[in-house]
Amino acid sequence: MNKFKEKLKIVTTGILQGNPTFALFIGMCSVLAVTTTFSTALGMGLAVILVMIMSNVVVSLIRKLTPDEIRIPVYIVVIAVSVTIVEMLMDAFTPVLADSLGVYLPLVVVNCIIFARAESFASKNTVLDSFLDAIGSGLGYFVAVCGVGIVREIIGTGTFGFTNPFTNIELFRVTLFPAEYAVSFFVSNAGAFMILGLLAAAINAISGKVIKNRLKKEKAAKAAAAAAVKAGAQ
Amino acid sequence: MNILVIALAAIITNNVVLSRFLGVCPLLGVSKKTENAIGMSLALIFVVVMSGILSYGFFHLVLAPLGLEYLELTSFILIIAVFVQFVEMFLKKYVQGLYNALGIYLPLITTNCVVLLVALENITLGFNFLEMVVYSIAVPVGFMMVIVAFSIIRTRIDGDKRLPTPFKGNAIALIVVALMALAFAGFGGIV
Repeated sequence: MNKFKEKLKIVTTGILQGNPTFALFIGMCSVLAVTTTFSTALGMGLAVILVMIMSNVVVSLIRKLTPDEIRIPVYIVVIAVSVTIVEMLMDAFTPVLADSLGVYLPLVVVNCIIFARAESFASKNTVLDSFLDAIGSGLGYFVAVCGVGIVREIIGTGTFGFTNPFTNIELFRVTLFPAEYAVSFFVSNAGAFMILGLLAAAINAISGKVIKNRLKKEKAAKAAAAAAVKAGAQ
Repeated sequence: MNILVIALAAIITNNVVLSRFLGVCPLLGVSKKTENAIGMSLALIFVVVMSGILSYGFFHLVLAPLGLEYLELTSFILIIAVFVQFVEMFLKKYVQGLYNALGIYLPLITTNCVVLLVALENITLGFNFLEMVVYSIAVPVGFMMVIVAFSIIRTRIDGDKRLPTPFKGNAIALIVVALMALAFAGFGGIV
């Protein structure tokens, strides 16, 4: 049971405290670029999870064979090959999605998140742990990219829909408010930066408040304990 | 004329940071001081041009004749990494002064998306040699323009006490970039 909890923690760290986008501010280029609609954001999120699992598992498998001096070029090649595989698969099975991701798909190679996980986690841990870490960090990126995609699509167009990437048929589209009230600014380039800035501020505000509350509670508990000791002494 | 259009489009209307969202990580990371921003961008221009020429040559002289185009991504990123490493070692040994000035930025450049973007696009956009060199200079120059302007704005914002706490740091930085992107959107349609 304890062991299971330990494994679960590897996964959740990547999503919450170690969320690559909102907590660490890395790998943001693609979060800004592919989030005009939810469907492309979802595609990018899944592609990154896939690449991450492949590269983390392979780096972990060869961690004992890799000489320390040339580990960085080795990791780069492993990641580049993983990205090439995912890119070819997407070109074959989801051509429209691959088109709309454009140059941002091959640029996953230089996405700092993947390299950071290979260097700081997979090179030192077992294959299973690295696999779980890839899922955790990948999901962290996935949540961030999909979240920004949903917010931008809803505010920017007033509707929310999902397109099946394999057949390119729209599965559903819900109109939340009329298009005349939509703020198309948020679909534009400037809006992408703005929304990420506002989300970062919101997350700072929430996590700041949580920490403050925790400190307050600890202080109150300490005061109560001190009072109890005093009462006991009397 | 064509070359002028390529250069202007890459610097202004299709600015690599503001309209294509690439190089945002170094934009936030290395913009606290204007001198650092300038040093980083100069190193970037040098690396992009050189790795652009190397990867362009490698693609047309080795990969294309052998029918190995699918190795494009893997070989380009290796060329960039090896080139940066080589420059770093060369500077360390022979040009100590420049190494001390640029040294810390060089390793960061390997993972800068701009370098790989230019190398890939030189091929996909079907440039000839001259166009490729112009494009490789223009894209990082666009990056330099934005990061230098941004670092100047940032030195005034960072110490401002009127800023609400949650907005401190990267949040306000992103909003500043948003306003810059909005200003740059006004250039759309010029080229």
